[in-house]
This record gives sequence, structure tokens and C-alpha cells, in this order.
Amino acid sequence: MADVILQNITKTYNKGETIAVKDVSFSVEKGELFGLIGPDGAGKTSIFRMLTTLLLPDGGNGSVCGFDIVKDYKAIREMVGYMPGRFSLYQDLTVEENLSFFATVFKTTIEENYDLIRDIYIQIEPFKNRRAGKLSGGMKQKLALCCALIHRPIVLFLDEPTTGVDTVSRKEFWEMLKRLKSLGITILVSTPYMDEAMLCERIALIQNGEIMSINTPQKIISEYPKKLYAIKSKNMSHLLQDIRQFDGIESCNSFGENHHISFNDDNELEIQQKLIAFLRAKNHQQIELKPVTPTIEDCFIKLMN
Amino acid sequence: MDGKVVIATDKLTKRFGDFTAVNEITFNVFEGEIFGFLGANGAGKTTAMRMLCGLSIPTSGKATIAGFDVYKQTEKIKRNIGYMSQKFSLYEDLTVLENIRFYGGIYGMTNSKIKSKSDELIAKLGLEKEAKKLVKSLPLGWKQKLAFSVAIFHEPKIVFLDEPTGGVDPVTRRQFWDLIYAAADQGITVFVTTHYMDEAEYCNRISMMVDGSIAALDTPSVLKKQFAAQTMDEVFYELARGAKRGE
Repeated sequence: MADVILQNITKTYNKGETIAVKDVSFSVEKGELFGLIGPDGAGKTSIFRMLTTLLLPDGGNGSVCGFDIVKDYKAIREMVGYMPGRFSLYQDLTVEENLSFFATVFKTTIEENYDLIRDIYIQIEPFKNRRAGKLSGGMKQKLALCCALIHRPIVLFLDEPTTGVDTVSRKEFWEMLKRLKSLGITILVSTPYMDEAMLCERIALIQNGEIMSINTPQKIISEYPKKLYAIKSKNMSHLLQDIRQFDGIESCNSFGENHHISFNDDNELEIQQKLIAFLRAKNHQQIELKPVTPTIEDCFIKLMN
Repeated sequence: MDGKVVIATDKLTKRFGDFTAVNEITFNVFEGEIFGFLGANGAGKTTAMRMLCGLSIPTSGKATIAGFDVYKQTEKIKRNIGYMSQKFSLYEDLTVLENIRFYGGIYGMTNSKIKSKSDELIAKLGLEKEAKKLVKSLPLGWKQKLAFSVAIFHEPKIVFLDEPTGGVDPVTRRQFWDLIYAAADQGITVFVTTHYMDEAEYCNRISMMVDGSIAALDTPSVLKKQFAAQTMDEVFYELARGAKRGE
């Protein structure tokens, strides 16, 4: 049985006026690293709070480790680790006091589970007497992860652990997750950074409370319905505007140093030549057009439309 | 890029006690330029930006913003810049129109100017039906676009954007950059921070702060060549992983 199961879960706020989560179903297998990928307001946090028994769903069923998320909340709270999106440790307690507090609440000790957190904790140990409120963003994130792990949870819920964190710390964080996964911990993690989707085994793309697609990132990419091309020229902002004027373009979005474009009919061979001629006539220089593999962000944009 | 310098700093420094948050940064930003201000967490970006906005007096060094001195003319600086961040942008309990009027008023615009410009802005954003609704009822993407428009409503010389697109969906993120380009085309200088490295590519030039200093500054293509990198993400990683200090 899957460690996390959601069946047609719905959550509304403001007496039903705001639909935060709409008929969402998915499951996370034992030992899986599953990503919930979507922007702010997609419903990610509501899902996390229902699964960690902090919110009641309006409809549908859910279970964690085989326990019902409504009836069996006490059992679930023993088994899960939760790192909320907003830093929620005690700012006035030191690093070590926070960790020992959470260990005690779960009737265990730091020593008993030290092997699980060691690799992460040694990075913040030099600051163990510093108050949590005085830590840097990266260190807060590591302490919160240690506190979520200290009772050896079966399932770990991480709500946007890398938001607002720089590239280097983000990469380190995902390395830590890989190691926790190798220890058999089931992980449900959310992120608004589409590039992090590739680091998950399976992902759900979520927008406005609804799941748009669930699969492995590779499969989602392979299901992209069009041929995609990367194009660049000397003046990228004008290039974008001009391509959008071209008859036969289906989509055109900026992606870093290129724009990604697709054609209405990609079987028509001359269409690429026509586009290049069209752009040359608009005085674009150094035009480069080449096929490109879609990213998860391309897929997300496609699914949104 | 040549042209009129609108931000000029010379060995600009800020110390808190014995901690040097910003260490002798020297750079120029030109009129109409989109300037990306990047750095690891804790590199000193926020402190530097606060000095450039006239909110924090430097410890040493020089800087002028739109021609005004960061020590003596902070009020003039504030009148000539716009500011928007992801964390705070608009008043949720005011309507769209009230927010626009409020900002216009704060920046000393006349009532008639506010009236004509706000009609124009609402039409441009296609918010006619929402003009009298509370901002909190708008989707996040619309809020961000409105916030940006409000930040440049008083036609500032420079707009400072502090992670304006954090958490925004990929379509809105790109529409947001369309607005940035449009503002730059009008001659507004855009000074922007971001954690999205694809957005670094959209800037004319990038500076990268590491441990309080500017470790690199150039166009994205030159920086990629310099670091033999395929993407700006790799450039950032190369520079920031050597950082000594956290946030």
C-alpha cells in the first residue's frame, strides 16, 4: 500500500467561495521522492496541511501510512515529519534547544536518531548555541529539516523548502534529500522552481487547485505534443514580438538565452525557412534556430493553456 | 552600453559593528538599462539596495542615484525611484483604484494627473472590471503586474525590483518581463534581483555579489564565456560556491 494516498480531495475556504484544492487524487509509494510542482496559490500548502492532519478536507479521502487523515490524526502525527513553508521553529531557543525540544515531544533523544541527521546537523553544529532567530536562511532550513527528522518519521512532508534560497544552497538541499531517500524515507516535497522537478522520481503539476499531470518528469517531457525549437538573434525582446506576429506560430516564450517556439503544423518543412526569411526581413541578425528538448517549464506552460 | 549614468557608486561600503556587509562596491548603471543584481543569500544585496534607495546611510564611499547623493539627498532619491518587492507591494484591503491613487498621492502627483493616468493604466492592464475590487481578491499574477505598474506610476527614473517574480507561475513570470522591457524602452532604468537564472539572461548586464563584494560584472554572454559556462546557473554556481559567509 502506498504511504500517501489522496482520493478526490477537495478543500474550500470562505464558506466555499474560494476553492483551494479541487478533486485531487494521487499517491506516493513507499520510499518515493515525489514532487508537487506549482506556483503560489496552486493549493500545495493546503494539501500538505490536510495530509499532516492540520486541516480537514471538505470532501474526499486520504491516508498516510494506511491511517485515515481525519479519524487517525494522532497516529499520523507520530509518523510524519513536516517542514512548513514558513520557518516555524522557536526563534528564542538555540539550535540545540530546538532540536532537543522536538526530540522530547516525540519521546526520543537526539542521540537515538543522530545517525539520521548527522550529515545535515554537523553543518550547523558550530552554531548550536545560537538562537534560531539569528540563523541565516540556509542554516534555518537545515535546522528545520533536522527537527522534522529527529523522531525518524516514515513520511517526510517538505513544503517549499528551497523557496528564496540561492542556487548553491538549493543544490545542497536536494543532495540531502537524495540521501534521505536512500535511507528509505518517503518524501513529498513541493516547489515553485520547475527545474527542481527533474530531481524527483515522480511529479504532479498543479495549478489553481487542480492537478494537470502526474508522471515521471521524463515521461511528462516525452508527452509534449509538439516539436519544440530554440531560437535566438541579436535583439531578443524584438525577436519575441516579431515571432508572435508570424503566421503559423503556435507558441513563443522566452527561456533564458533562447526563445522556445512551436509551429501550428510542424510537418510543414518550409515553415522554418519562412520564419527565418520573415525575421531577416525585419532586420534580425545572427538568427539561430535549432530543435530543443522541452523542459518541465515548457510542459507546465503548455498544460496551463 | 553607453549613455547617461543614472546609478554611480564608488567604493560604497556599509559596516555593522565589525561586520562589513557591503565592501567597496563600484559600478555604474546606465539609463534604460536592465541591470540584474545577483548574489548568494547573505552576500549583501539587500544592504546594498537599501543604500541605493536612500534608506540606509553608507559607512564610506560615494554614490549618486539619478544624480542625487546617498548621504545628503535621500528624500530626493526616494521621489525619483520606484520600488517593488515580492513580499510587499500593494495594500490588500484597498481597491485597485485606491492603491493607484494612494501611491500617486504619496509621490505628490496632482489629482488631475492621477485621474487621467489611472484610467489609462487600468485600460492598459485590462482591469476595468476589477478597478473597484479589493486587491486581495485578485489572482497573484495580476497583483504582481499591478504592483509593478504602480511602482512606475509616478514615472521614476529608476525602478528597484526585489525578487519580483518569486513563486509566480511561468506564464505570468514571462508577462512580467514583457512589462520590464516596456518600461526599459520608455527609458526607465530597471534594477532587479532574482533567484531565477533564466531571468538573469534577460538583463543587459549582471553583477554578482559574493561576501559583500562584486565578484563579477558584465553582460550574460561575456560572463558565460569568462567562466566557460553554458548557462548563467553555472556561472552563479562557480562564483557563489566559494562564498565564505551564509546569510
